[in-house]
Amino acid sequence: MQVRSMRTRLIGLGMALLAGAVAGVVSAAEPPAAGQDAESGVVNWRAWRAGNDVAYIPSLQRGAANFVNYCSGCHSLKYVRWSRLGTDLQIPDKVLREQLVPEDAKPTDYIMASFPKADAENWFGKQPPDLSLEARLRGADWIYRFLKGFYLDPTRPTGTNNLVLDGAAMPAVLSSLEGVKAAVFADGAGASGKVVKHFETVTPGRLTPADYDGFVRDTVNFLDYVSDQSQVERRSIGLWVVLFLLVFTAFAWMLKKEYWKDVH
Amino acid sequence: MSDIAAPANAEVDQDRRGFLTFATTATGVIGVAFAAVPFIESWNPSERARAAGAPVEVNLAKIDPGQMLTVVYRKKPMYIVHRTPEMLAALPGHDDRLKDPHSKSSIQPDYAKNDLRAVRPDFLVVEGTCTHLGCLPKARFEKALPELGADWPGGFQCPCHGSRFDLAGRVFDGSPASTNLRIPQYSYPNDQTLIIGVDATTGAA
Amino acid sequence: MAANDDTLPVRTGFLGWLNKRLPVDAFIRDQLTGYFAPKNFNFWYFFGVLSLVALVIQLVTGIFLTMHYKVGEATAFDSVQYIMREVPYGWLLRYMHSTGASAFFIVVYLHMFRAFLYGSYKAPRELLWLFGMFVYLALMAEAFMGYVLPWGNMSFWGAQVIVNLFGTIPVIGPGLVEWIRGDYGIADATLGRFFSLHVVAVPLVLLLLVALHLIALRQNGSNNPDGIEIKEKKGADGRPLDGIPFHPYYTLKDLVGVGVFLIGFAIVVFFVPTFGGLFLEAPNFEPANPLSTPDEITPVWYFTPYYAILRAVPDQRLGALLMALSIICFIVLPWLDRSPVKSSRYRPLTWKLALAIFVVSFIGLGYLGMQKPEGIYVLLARIFTVLYFAFFALMPLYTRGESTSRVPERVTFSSH
Repeated sequence: MQVRSMRTRLIGLGMALLAGAVAGVVSAAEPPAAGQDAESGVVNWRAWRAGNDVAYIPSLQRGAANFVNYCSGCHSLKYVRWSRLGTDLQIPDKVLREQLVPEDAKPTDYIMASFPKADAENWFGKQPPDLSLEARLRGADWIYRFLKGFYLDPTRPTGTNNLVLDGAAMPAVLSSLEGVKAAVFADGAGASGKVVKHFETVTPGRLTPADYDGFVRDTVNFLDYVSDQSQVERRSIGLWVVLFLLVFTAFAWMLKKEYWKDVH
Repeated sequence: MSDIAAPANAEVDQDRRGFLTFATTATGVIGVAFAAVPFIESWNPSERARAAGAPVEVNLAKIDPGQMLTVVYRKKPMYIVHRTPEMLAALPGHDDRLKDPHSKSSIQPDYAKNDLRAVRPDFLVVEGTCTHLGCLPKARFEKALPELGADWPGGFQCPCHGSRFDLAGRVFDGSPASTNLRIPQYSYPNDQTLIIGVDATTGAA
Repeated sequence: MAANDDTLPVRTGFLGWLNKRLPVDAFIRDQLTGYFAPKNFNFWYFFGVLSLVALVIQLVTGIFLTMHYKVGEATAFDSVQYIMREVPYGWLLRYMHSTGASAFFIVVYLHMFRAFLYGSYKAPRELLWLFGMFVYLALMAEAFMGYVLPWGNMSFWGAQVIVNLFGTIPVIGPGLVEWIRGDYGIADATLGRFFSLHVVAVPLVLLLLVALHLIALRQNGSNNPDGIEIKEKKGADGRPLDGIPFHPYYTLKDLVGVGVFLIGFAIVVFFVPTFGGLFLEAPNFEPANPLSTPDEITPVWYFTPYYAILRAVPDQRLGALLMALSIICFIVLPWLDRSPVKSSRYRPLTWKLALAIFVVSFIGLGYLGMQKPEGIYVLLARIFTVLYFAFFALMPLYTRGESTSRVPERVTFSSH
């Protein structure tokens, strides 16, 4: 076995660590489904990405408003306080109290759903889940596809089904914005592969497709923030920590080299 | 002999060694100090503690004249006493028996640094912890109670070591406690409501 | 080595007072400035001190996490969210602890691999290797129990599966499982005892074993990449010719290693703490649900090689037995390797090939343990399992008469 120099070894280790970090990040992204190609006339919905920027506050603010208006009826964010939302999303206290925090709640309260628990089980068959960690459980991209994946399905009690979550108990609550669409499947309706040839608009919604896309992106961005509230601060601190450690290691390395001159 | 010697073709550069040792040590110490910050900060009150420490609102209509209500603010008992005119009349006239009659060494907001130690005369808002060692003083509002003496004007007595305070929370001579009962920040958003924890002048919590 | 007071400095003042009551100077002399380590340590020799660093990180962050964590099936999951969102820098404590666990195993596996490369488990260091193996076992127990504490869905089901394994032991199995759980399924009782063991008992055991490991190391001194015993060649002054004082040479070199380690550690903690779902697994972001099993129950990456072996065998009992054997193989390694030579540098191609095949099998099994056991993966897992055991089982045969190169008298060293 060859004796490699310390420097080569250190560089190798550094690159291995970097490769590992990159691999970790890359592997977190879902791969596109096999055999899907835009040219072959198929909607590659499995490759849809949220593309959200969790550091962009205006998007988070819009997403918060979307959530309060369209989601918080059924879904709670039971680990998030209104007041913390105000701080992180730079929402003025007055706006928070008047437009976001419910009448009977204090700003320091956790964000609860207004839907009575017992009724939820009766109406939907299951409790609408708390969404505080949904973006970490499923991923932001999954939620994005989910909110854009509703299509007409007369066989379901809600009248709709979902590409990402087959048999979803949740109705298409955003259909007033998105409109109602039918999915034309390559292998016929009710097939399990969910290979979509194209969508057909049955009823148009209030928003244009581009605007609805933005609506979903903002909402997903908000849920991404909610699932990991410290992420922006974490990354900014991290930069300084790594830079500092590089300086420290550089000094330590020079000191080591100096003393190791003694060793022959 | 082992192979440790000065480099064959040069003297040991002590200056460089000294400098690098200093630089590495200094960076290391700074690093350790920065690394300690999250650990030390994690002991500070969490968001939950601060939420639980939010100001407390009290409906004054619930307290009859001569009665006392106790509420908890930031884990401490707060006594709210609805003082009657007779209680207020008993306040002046015993300054010579008080350790700090004008609250010079005691703790209270500036707006309570008067002889009634309150924003409004008819309500005493005071922290119900004895300034000696922290027990809860008991209400002894009746004048001339047998165990307290004929000249007892009414006030509080601490069961632990016997400190006595008048109806403005001022400490009597002969008590182990040396300062008057503490007054918290409080204000009256309207006539019927008291809010403990919100400063009367700045309105800040 | 007899302690000789003549080599100790004459102290006055506070240091004189101290040294009369505590052997501070003697310790520094015997363990640092007067302890001679081989001068040819390479990259593979960083991982011992890095293991210590990982241990300290886990102990310190663990102590602080325990201040806020609330054990109990009704409160555990919520308390972790409380730490992540509401305790000042709680998120950082949590990520350091979760990353630290994986970092500990990365470092320990590389540390163990060094022993394979240079025969560090061979006489007279068999006990050193054994203590190291016990540290490894204690570490696996510690990591397993620690993973249950957040009481996520993977915490629950991982515990369910692994504890059920004990049920395969003949006769006492089912009773044993109920005794471990303290209930008819993984429950509050299980969480409570795992918490106590994870926070108090096993760390104490770990510290004791690490101390024994270091004492055993000190007894014979360290091995080195050439597999030469440096104490056999001493100079006129009684010092090993190929040795250098641990302080300042290895204290400084290890400091650089620690710096590089911390850079990698910080990159993960601050930028990719979930590491693509390998360090913090997605199913654990929802609370434990006894009525809903996650799609794929796999243990955390550092257990997956053994998990793959378990699944490779179609019979549950046999699989569990084989899994246990796979760890026992490591323990008896010093007595399987019959080569007269320690370092791979002077061992023939057969050994190097066998070692390479073992490494590929171990990593391959690790990867397969994370996948669904279907298709080609099943066959591959079986092949790798066979190769894994062949490496150990056949070792007495292929190492006994191996044609080794001439081991040099002095270590090979180039300035660096």
